[in-house]
Amino acid sequence: MVKEEEDSSNRPDNTAFTQQRLPAWQPILSAGIVIPGFVLIGLAFIGIGVGLFLTSRDIQVLEMDYTGADGSSPCSVCYNLADKNCVCTMSFSIDSLIKGPVFFYYGLTNYFQNQRRYGVSRDDKQLYGDTSNFASPNSECAPYQYISNVPIVPCGSVANSMFNDTFELFKNVNGQSLPVPLDGKGIAWWTDYNVKFQNPNVTPLINAFNGTVRPPFWSKNVYELDTTDASNNGFINQDFLVWMRRAALPDFRKLYRRITDGDYSAGLPAGNYSLKIHYNYPVNGFGGKKKVVFSNVSWMGGKNEFLGIAYLVIGSLCVVMSVVMLIVYAKFKFPEDN
Amino acid sequence: ASHKKPDFRGATNAIKTSKYNFFTFLPLNLFEQFQRIANAYFLVLLVLQVIPQISSLSWFTTVVPLILVLTVTAAKDATDDIRWMDVQVGDIIKLENNQFVTADLLLLSSSEPLNLVYIETAELDGETNLKVRQALPVTGELGDDIENLANFNGEVRCEPPNNRLDRFTGTLSYGAQKYPLDNEKILLRGCTLRNTGWCFGLVLFAGQETKLMQNCGKSTFKRTSVDRLMNVLVLCIFGFLVFMCTILAVGNYIWEINKGSNFTVFLPRENDNSAGFSAFLTFWSYIIILNTVVPISLYVSVEIIRLGNSFYIDWDRKMYYSRSDTPAEARTTTLNEELGQIKYIFSDKTGTLTQNIMIFNKCSINGKSYGLKYTGQKDAVDFSFNPLADPRFVFYDHSLVEAVKLENPEVHAFFRLLALCHTVMAEEKKGELLYQAQSPDEGALVTAARNFGFVFRSRTPDSISIVEMGKQQSYQLLAILDFNNVRKRMSVIVRSPEGKLCLYCKGADTIVYERLHQSCSKMMDVTTEHLNEFAGEGLRTLALAYRELDEDYFIQWKQRHHEASISLEDKDGKLDELYEEIEKDLLLLGATAIEDKLQDGVPHTIEQLSRADIKIWVLTGDKQETAENIGYSCNLLREEMNEVFIISGNSSEDVREELRMFLGQFCPTTSCFFHRQAFALERSMELDFLRTACLCKSVICCRVTPLQKAQVVELVKKYKQVVTLAIGDGANDVSMIKAAHIGVGISGQEGMQAVLSSDYSFAQFRFLQRLLLVHGRWSYLRMCKFLRYFFYKNFTFTFVHFWFAFFCGFSAQTVYDEWFITLYNLMYTALPVLGMSLFDQDVNDVWSFQHPELYVPGQRNLYFSRKAFFKCAIHSCYSSLVLFFIPYAALSDTVRDDGSDVADYQSFALLTQTCLLFAVSIQLGLEMSYWTAVNTFFVLGSLVMYFAVTFTMYSNGMFLFLPSAFPFIGTARNSLNQPSVWLTILLTSILCVLPVVTYRFLTLKSLFFSLNFQVMFKVRQAKVTPPPPPRRARIRRTSSRRSGYAFSHAQGYGDLVTSNRFLRRPAVSLASGFPPVGRTTTGFSPMGRSAGYSPTGRPQNSKVPDVEGTSLQMFRTIADPPL
Repeated sequence: MVKEEEDSSNRPDNTAFTQQRLPAWQPILSAGIVIPGFVLIGLAFIGIGVGLFLTSRDIQVLEMDYTGADGSSPCSVCYNLADKNCVCTMSFSIDSLIKGPVFFYYGLTNYFQNQRRYGVSRDDKQLYGDTSNFASPNSECAPYQYISNVPIVPCGSVANSMFNDTFELFKNVNGQSLPVPLDGKGIAWWTDYNVKFQNPNVTPLINAFNGTVRPPFWSKNVYELDTTDASNNGFINQDFLVWMRRAALPDFRKLYRRITDGDYSAGLPAGNYSLKIHYNYPVNGFGGKKKVVFSNVSWMGGKNEFLGIAYLVIGSLCVVMSVVMLIVYAKFKFPEDN
Repeated sequence: ASHKKPDFRGATNAIKTSKYNFFTFLPLNLFEQFQRIANAYFLVLLVLQVIPQISSLSWFTTVVPLILVLTVTAAKDATDDIRWMDVQVGDIIKLENNQFVTADLLLLSSSEPLNLVYIETAELDGETNLKVRQALPVTGELGDDIENLANFNGEVRCEPPNNRLDRFTGTLSYGAQKYPLDNEKILLRGCTLRNTGWCFGLVLFAGQETKLMQNCGKSTFKRTSVDRLMNVLVLCIFGFLVFMCTILAVGNYIWEINKGSNFTVFLPRENDNSAGFSAFLTFWSYIIILNTVVPISLYVSVEIIRLGNSFYIDWDRKMYYSRSDTPAEARTTTLNEELGQIKYIFSDKTGTLTQNIMIFNKCSINGKSYGLKYTGQKDAVDFSFNPLADPRFVFYDHSLVEAVKLENPEVHAFFRLLALCHTVMAEEKKGELLYQAQSPDEGALVTAARNFGFVFRSRTPDSISIVEMGKQQSYQLLAILDFNNVRKRMSVIVRSPEGKLCLYCKGADTIVYERLHQSCSKMMDVTTEHLNEFAGEGLRTLALAYRELDEDYFIQWKQRHHEASISLEDKDGKLDELYEEIEKDLLLLGATAIEDKLQDGVPHTIEQLSRADIKIWVLTGDKQETAENIGYSCNLLREEMNEVFIISGNSSEDVREELRMFLGQFCPTTSCFFHRQAFALERSMELDFLRTACLCKSVICCRVTPLQKAQVVELVKKYKQVVTLAIGDGANDVSMIKAAHIGVGISGQEGMQAVLSSDYSFAQFRFLQRLLLVHGRWSYLRMCKFLRYFFYKNFTFTFVHFWFAFFCGFSAQTVYDEWFITLYNLMYTALPVLGMSLFDQDVNDVWSFQHPELYVPGQRNLYFSRKAFFKCAIHSCYSSLVLFFIPYAALSDTVRDDGSDVADYQSFALLTQTCLLFAVSIQLGLEMSYWTAVNTFFVLGSLVMYFAVTFTMYSNGMFLFLPSAFPFIGTARNSLNQPSVWLTILLTSILCVLPVVTYRFLTLKSLFFSLNFQVMFKVRQAKVTPPPPPRRARIRRTSSRRSGYAFSHAQGYGDLVTSNRFLRRPAVSLASGFPPVGRTTTGFSPMGRSAGYSPTGRPQNSKVPDVEGTSLQMFRTIADPPL
């Protein structure tokens, strides 16, 4: 009676896809998964948190403000930068050995490297050694693009505002000040040093900068930043590289040197130290602070107690929530057996 | 074979039908696209971005998505257009056999003699018979001579484009002559050329102007409620965007004054701009950055999702009807989610709920009930003893045949009555006896009599030939006492071959009972019992009775009858009196019960839909009795609805009174009938009407005109704020289909009119439950999930910028890498959410049917509403706080494990964007309840792609290739190898997810989600499919106190069959008030309700505006093939 199949050209295909019967995993938030899940996550977090917290607590940090904004600071004489080559010295003592390798940072606060107009005020092509951009720097660099029609190299606000305080560290032993060797090699990212920043392929380097002028705030030309090491000049100067990697937040610190050499490879031993600061960088205008930091690191990087505490708190919360859920579950008896 | 006719109407006047040509496409299309508000908005953004002072983002972040969107839309427009590109008005095109006509053509010449062509118009009106078209002789001479055709220089003046498929007027000026053009010379787009070698035609209308397209034309552009909500929300979001930017601009102003002015040592202000100006620029910069709250991809994604879900409807084999080889079709691809929100269904009756097939099912003869329902095991009665039997007739009660064979006189009288008392015409074709019955009921009755050995063979105006148990008999037909809706009965007076005079009467039980002889009272009781039983099953009953007449009395009566029928004054009244006089002292023979065959699965579908809390109103042009019967048989009305309230006032005052009365004495299990709507729809009463109707359990409106159907729909739409659906199959449903939020056309029943104007079409009413409960529900669920998630992911993305603003001097510095901003919506999060919106299902279709209650949240707008949106925004706010401040705290003042930088901007950007991507991906995982392999691939693939793309973008090679575009070189390598970075990612991911999981877990019980949850839980627990839904047998009712009388018959046929007019005659156009039905009826075509036939050869009686056009139809009783 049923005359089928003879004319069913319009019959849709019978595939799992067209019939919406694709096999699928259909998870569901049941008590059996959620509550143990919370307990597990909670315990794992507490574990990680304890580890992080302990690790972070072991990291030693010595931080000193040398802004000189208040009169008591040894650097208060330099605060207003009345003297062009102001030098001040900070003395401090270390009670116990700061285990090596020790890193020496300078820090700035209230400093908006993350300001958009500041951030874009640079010329990556120029910094990559493209000499065509020496003659005509990127317009984003304005107003540090030209000085009376002579192009600025490196152009832009970022380069112009390069941090130029320098430090010398001495250990006071028996009334003598012994210099602590500071290592400035390899403090920038490998990719910045090797790829992103490159000097123009011109020897001697100075020739590449003919017809250009240095940034107005700078006292040295970019090709003579490091007088002690000829290879540490131009755009691949390590201090320059560190500065050019702009900070994400208004309070930041940047690596200045590493203390790894000689007697200090095991760290900074206890004792009295003095830090000689060549105070050049103005911060009084915007109420910023300058500081130096001596710190070692762990597998998780620098000291940061936040992560450890956060893990502990979240972990505990998870456990608490799992208990709450268990109570709710027991009380209302979810509709499993419905 | 297309030849341009440049001189047609003058070249400049030619109508262009394709919107574009090759050269104008790009500019014109772009211009059109930019007229859309959204696209224009993005163009403005782009303009803002090229202003250096404002530009906070590189131009490519907007250009790449914009180009993508424009390309996709342009491609769609181009494919739409390309189909029309080649055909232009004035072209002459050649068609060959079996080709589809692509434009409305004036037939010029053909290969056939007399310039005839044969066409099939099934696509246009559903009729499958071939039709003939003939070219003008003058153009026919052109033949297939290309040269001549190319030189053909004529001018056509014709009516403007319209949707009348059955009419065309115009003139052809050729040479010095003018030739009239009519429909007979026109080939319409949608026809197929048959049995014709070739023909040439001149294009009159093409593209959108063709009659077919004009018929498809939506009178209004339908939008879904989600669409409307989305538009409101987008406006709100836009307001919110401006608000955020204002805050940030003010922030910038304060910062510039307090800090920026001091910071000028390192960051001088250009031209010493003031803080105010800087704030002004910042405002625009932030507009650019934060514009991702209204992402351009939203609209594109929504369209893609709807398209995908529409395809599922087209592809669904469970909505494919094999008997007519018709798959379901989503003709509109923009309304899917609305299918999951239907609250009111307005259904047509005939052809939609019913098949318009009547089946002689049971009968009661002389106090004995015959007839059994087909149950699958019983053998059908073998009618082979009767060579004239209709093989399609099926009956299951053998005792009736036995009774016939035993020559039981009452049984014989019963069937003799059925064979004589009717207005059916018989026709013998190829040795087969065919009946042309005016109503399907009569067809069923006469066919029943035929099979039981009382074969109606032929009639003349004054005789009826029947074969009684194999013996040819001729009865003299003396009078037909015609049927009308007041009399509710018809009688014939015949003289038998033996010379006995007899009156046979069939009619409504109540009416016939009043006219019975007292001697019948005992049998009356038994028959009443049977009638109640039949009525209880929803069968249409008629009582049969006869009376032997006295010769003298009849001659005298006949004389008076003749006088009355020629009287000019009150003819009808006088005739009625005469009929009344002779139809008395009848002897009851029995009763018939006819099943108005419902479409398969209708009662079950209606039950399912009402379990889903959908209200179903039946709007029919049919009579109240018929509608009521159907109401009972399809479970719309139940016996327990004891109070059937009928509003049938004949004036506004009456109706008002009735409505008042009803509102006063409301009782919850009531069903309502509205009879003749016109008064209730008056403006002053529409609210009363609506209130009354909405109080009722079920509503049936009878005798409604197509226009009133639309008015009822509009009324509900206007006052109820609900989503409505109208379903119908005929031309008279078009208006309501267009008026409702969603129109559904039943295809393959009555031509294509309803389907052409519908949004969805399929072949069977029962597919409606799948369309709503499965496809609709899923579409709604998916769309809501999509919107909730989409807003979540973009808000979260954007709000992080807002928080960062407070730490970067409100300088419009982005948090993320610009490439990430560009690709976030396009690549990293596009596919997973699309995957979810195309594949997700909370429970599968079988469970959806098991629990129609799952449909309710959609009606209540629970899944995506302002509240849900607000929750979404709060959730995003929380997530963005986590995503900004956790990395902030984790990176602040710290360094890498080798002492060098990790708190630099680029590392921070990378960390935040990675955290964000993880957080939104996990959130998607929580939203998704149906992980197919595709979904898993999309989610994991997107994450993998993110890392692949990121490492590529940050690679040396890319930097060397374009140093200024890829400044993030090395960032990925330098930060993603840090344990603290990964610990931060883990922390943010968990922190973003935990509250959601907790909230869901704790609120499962209270929310409506809980129902879904319970079902889902049950499914997952059981891991089995539910038992196949029991084939619900129709709910048996033993008895009913109401009358089961229904007879879809019209007055006038008595005159016809006794007159000498021959049946074949051209159709007369329908009474006014009826929309064009789009059907050319040349000669009598006995199909379709609305074929339009006026038996008396004059327009229909205007005093009684019959909505159903009276028509002659050929109905056969067809046995239902076993399913």
